[in-house]
Amino acid sequence: MEEQVVYVVLAAIFGVFMAWGIGANDVANAMATSVGAKALTIRQAIFVAATFEFLGAVLAGGEVTSTIRKGIIDASLLSGTPETLIYGMLASLLAAGTWLLVASRNGWPVSTTHSIVGAIVGFAAVGVGIDAVHWGKVGTIVMSWVVSPLMAGFIAYLVFQSVQVLILRREDPLARAKRYVPVYIFLAAFTITLMTILKGLKHVGLTISVANAYLLATSIALLISLIGAFAIRRIEPDPKLEKKQHFYSVERVFAVLMIVTACSMAFAHGSNDVANAIGPLAAVIGIARTGLVGATSTIPIWVLALGGGGIVVGLATYGRRVIATVGHKITQLTPSRGFAAELAAATTIVIASGTGIPVSTTHTLVGAVLGVGLARGIEAIDLRVVGRIFVSWVVTIPAGALLAIVFFYVFKATLP
Amino acid sequence: MVICARTGAAGVHRHGRFPQKRRGCELANLLANIFGKSPVKPLEKHVGIAFRCTKQLNGFFRAVVAGKWDKAAEIRDAIAALEHEADDLKKEIRMHLPKSLFMPVPRQDLLELLLVQDKMANRTKDVSGVVMGRKLQIPKPIAKEFLTFVSRNVDAAKQARKSVRELDELFATGFRGAEVSMVESLIDELDKIETETDDLQASLRGSLFEIEDTLDPVTVIFLYQVIELTGEIADMAERVGRRLELLLSH
Repeated sequence: MEEQVVYVVLAAIFGVFMAWGIGANDVANAMATSVGAKALTIRQAIFVAATFEFLGAVLAGGEVTSTIRKGIIDASLLSGTPETLIYGMLASLLAAGTWLLVASRNGWPVSTTHSIVGAIVGFAAVGVGIDAVHWGKVGTIVMSWVVSPLMAGFIAYLVFQSVQVLILRREDPLARAKRYVPVYIFLAAFTITLMTILKGLKHVGLTISVANAYLLATSIALLISLIGAFAIRRIEPDPKLEKKQHFYSVERVFAVLMIVTACSMAFAHGSNDVANAIGPLAAVIGIARTGLVGATSTIPIWVLALGGGGIVVGLATYGRRVIATVGHKITQLTPSRGFAAELAAATTIVIASGTGIPVSTTHTLVGAVLGVGLARGIEAIDLRVVGRIFVSWVVTIPAGALLAIVFFYVFKATLP
Repeated sequence: MVICARTGAAGVHRHGRFPQKRRGCELANLLANIFGKSPVKPLEKHVGIAFRCTKQLNGFFRAVVAGKWDKAAEIRDAIAALEHEADDLKKEIRMHLPKSLFMPVPRQDLLELLLVQDKMANRTKDVSGVVMGRKLQIPKPIAKEFLTFVSRNVDAAKQARKSVRELDELFATGFRGAEVSMVESLIDELDKIETETDDLQASLRGSLFEIEDTLDPVTVIFLYQVIELTGEIADMAERVGRRLELLLSH
């Protein structure tokens, strides 16, 4: 029993450290869009991020956590030696954390998700055996890393095209914005709420029928949309500022919408990325409690809460500075553009979360921004970044794997 | 995951090694790095400088006609300074438009727009240079007509500025819809002004022809050249309009 405590404590420390890192770094990308568009102040962004990251992690983070915990490895091969899985998961956490540290030292844009998946695959394939990896599942995950930015890009393209046609290109963009933005608010709120109810809530012990789920999502979205419409009605054109910037008042209407999509984005991020930190932790706790590999018990809520809490602390300590820096640099993303990117990315990520697939939030968001660009929404996009993303992929997965293998053997030799 | 001391971005900064490149801070800035430097506002600023440069010609020729050469020299210096400023901005805009930039309109078209904007300032400098270098007197009988001609050319440059200043709105609307018709009407107006300068130029040449026997032949040659160069300001302004039109057709 003694060593079980050591394992759990170690896993908790590594897991919280990862969560802290995610909060300090990744969340910034999710929130900076809204800050850059001046839809939220930094203080408001921190508040939104903390609330919705936490909610996302707890309410909808279960599926991806399950995948990280037991979807990648065929645990039945390990039933005789449960401690192998414990060492492996500890090694994966440490490997992913180390790789992220090395990468940030060198300025490589790597993804937390890619690091942890690479690490788990690495330790399983070498430490246990090639057959221990669910290659089919890993294939699906890797495919999703290609599909998620493309899908987000496609949605963003359609959403922004509709904004152009319905609002921006018309003679009376302000009146049109006031009419249509509540509809977009409804869409954003509806998608996120529905996906959460349908896919996520069972981890909290709530089961709602599909029909009721649609009904509930519709009512919640309507309510949010009404509040939004109320806020929008109070926006009056400011002729002085309007002269300086033609779409000033229109953008202010979109800024209301962007508050909603910022919440969605934080929620989506929490639901997908919390798993990177606490998936391995959940696996270790599962084995330590039951002594069995592949126990079917659900993930305790407190573990999700621990991950969510870690993210919030990371956000509060360092994330705010990153948000300020990144937000300052992306002023081209005005609310009418930023909301389209956020809505597309959040929808894509929440769908991935619902199906238990870990995707990279940042890459998905980059895909969404490119989609807005293809719809002629952004003045200048530097395509060199796209190349860098591909390079970071090719390097991250083997690097995470290699480090995990090393740590795995170290733990095997030193831990009780 | 350590936070960059300088920018507040996450990542470990290698102190001292590549301070200007901030290598260590890129991780968190992946999102920020997608955005290239937008050429839109700088282009608008550039056309503003080019117009301010051409505008000096009104005062310059008034001083020349009045024979106030000190004043003319002063304005000539201001013209040279503004032309230089436009040139510097042109170089800077070019530098920030690498081939990897993805924009709603072709990079080449923007660069050519920039080039014709810059030429408005160049012609202004050339004209004032010729006049100043030879202390070229504008003959009294055509002075009034000449000043009208100059000021109409300046008007063309002003209309070019007005049209280019819609560039940010054009980008905001993806070069479609109501804004496009707005810019098209601005360009129509620009074309009208340019045609007018052509007519003014023809009649000014006629007036000069009538009195040329009374003038020193070398002076006459340079007067024709000054008229020619001044007329090119409106030509360049018109070409700004043509370039803008090309952007609209994408």
